[in-house]
Amino acid sequence: MNIDLYGFGPALAAGALMTVKLALCALCLGLVLGLLGALAKTSPYKPLQWLGGAYSTLVRGIPELLWVLLMYYGTVTLMSALGEAFGNPELALNPFAAGVIALGLCFGAYATEVFRGAILAIPKGHREAGVALGMSKVRIFTRLIMPQMWRIALPGLGNLFMILMKDTALVSVISLEEIMRQAQNAVLFSKLPFTFYLVAAFMYLGLTVLAMTGMHFLEKRAARGFVRTT
Amino acid sequence: MEWEVIFKWLPKFFQGAVLTLELVGIAVVLGLILAVPLGIARASKLWYVRSLPYAYIFFFRGTPLLVQLFLVYYGLAQFDAIRESFMWPYLRNPFWCATATMTLHTTAYIAEILRGAIQAIPPGEIEAARALGMSRAKAMVYIILPRAARIGLPAYSNEVILMLKASSLASTVTLLELTGMTRTIIARNYLTVDMFFTAGVFYLVISFLLVQAFKQVERWMRVDACQGR
Repeated sequence: MNIDLYGFGPALAAGALMTVKLALCALCLGLVLGLLGALAKTSPYKPLQWLGGAYSTLVRGIPELLWVLLMYYGTVTLMSALGEAFGNPELALNPFAAGVIALGLCFGAYATEVFRGAILAIPKGHREAGVALGMSKVRIFTRLIMPQMWRIALPGLGNLFMILMKDTALVSVISLEEIMRQAQNAVLFSKLPFTFYLVAAFMYLGLTVLAMTGMHFLEKRAARGFVRTT
Repeated sequence: MEWEVIFKWLPKFFQGAVLTLELVGIAVVLGLILAVPLGIARASKLWYVRSLPYAYIFFFRGTPLLVQLFLVYYGLAQFDAIRESFMWPYLRNPFWCATATMTLHTTAYIAEILRGAIQAIPPGEIEAARALGMSRAKAMVYIILPRAARIGLPAYSNEVILMLKASSLASTVTLLELTGMTRTIIARNYLTVDMFFTAGVFYLVISFLLVQAFKQVERWMRVDACQGR
């Protein structure tokens, strides 16, 4: 079976590349935010705990679409005020930056919970051993907690990344040229909505499968010290 | 914050919130009903029973809800057969399209939750039911499903909250639910941040109430009493 894409194949491929870029950038931001959130939530200081809790509850309780819209349309005044101060009054978030920030924020909120669970799953003795060896707090975290945390957090993060990949479609609402937007453009021209949205759906499916395989290898690698020999 | 303006538009926000609740309510209830046979089939040991639900779940979980929504709302019009059928008055209507798509979408997720729950039941309990002379059907109705309902309930409540947030996508097919209403209001008064803030508070309150309601249901179904055995 041959599907006629009316010459929109390259545009859709470019859209797929944009989707991947968006997802990876949001992933980076989200991982940093998630780590910070989890550190705040597990810290012994009440204000920090409160801050981390507020972040994860607030962001998780509000739809992703609302965050995307808020980041794009809501920051116009703020950004132009900032631009004014730095002598560039036309400063504004482009759709890509707005999308990365919004999706990263949402990913970070969920990742906060995943990382927190992973930190709590590490036996207390490991931390105490670090203290007994005279390691500093930062060192204990980077040398003892972090390397073990990844293995526990990886399946949860993989799920979140799959969700993130699908949420990138929302950024088409603020006219970023990713898969969904390119499909919409193609529909406007060809008047074949079902065909092109189905093609888009299968492109997302392909990306999901790709991400799943990647996750499988990462998980295998992370668990290489834990493979049971029978 | 322009509190007076927010106050002035509050009735409109409530109107949007009611539509949001309708969408979510229909989707999660219908989705649950459809998911029961699908989930049972997905948990089957026979590959030919398992494969069709697997494909359905794979498609609906692997593609964004936005794509599915556009496929149904804009896509179906491509076929003349559908445009001339008796279904067309419903499929032309954004409300029915959105509820249908959200139902199909959430069905896939709930079926997967149900499969997990069914497979998490200790095999001994099912064996005990069979040893007592219960038929397969009887064991399913009296032992497996009630047990799976209690195991899957926390995940189901998560799914309902996720659907609440996913319902904001209905605004892209011209429905004036909470997000759609907010965008319309912003087009009138240009108070972007204030209006999105109000909508956010609405979503937070609704999800808080839903979480509390599910806590009550969990207590009523005595979920904690069957855990850890």
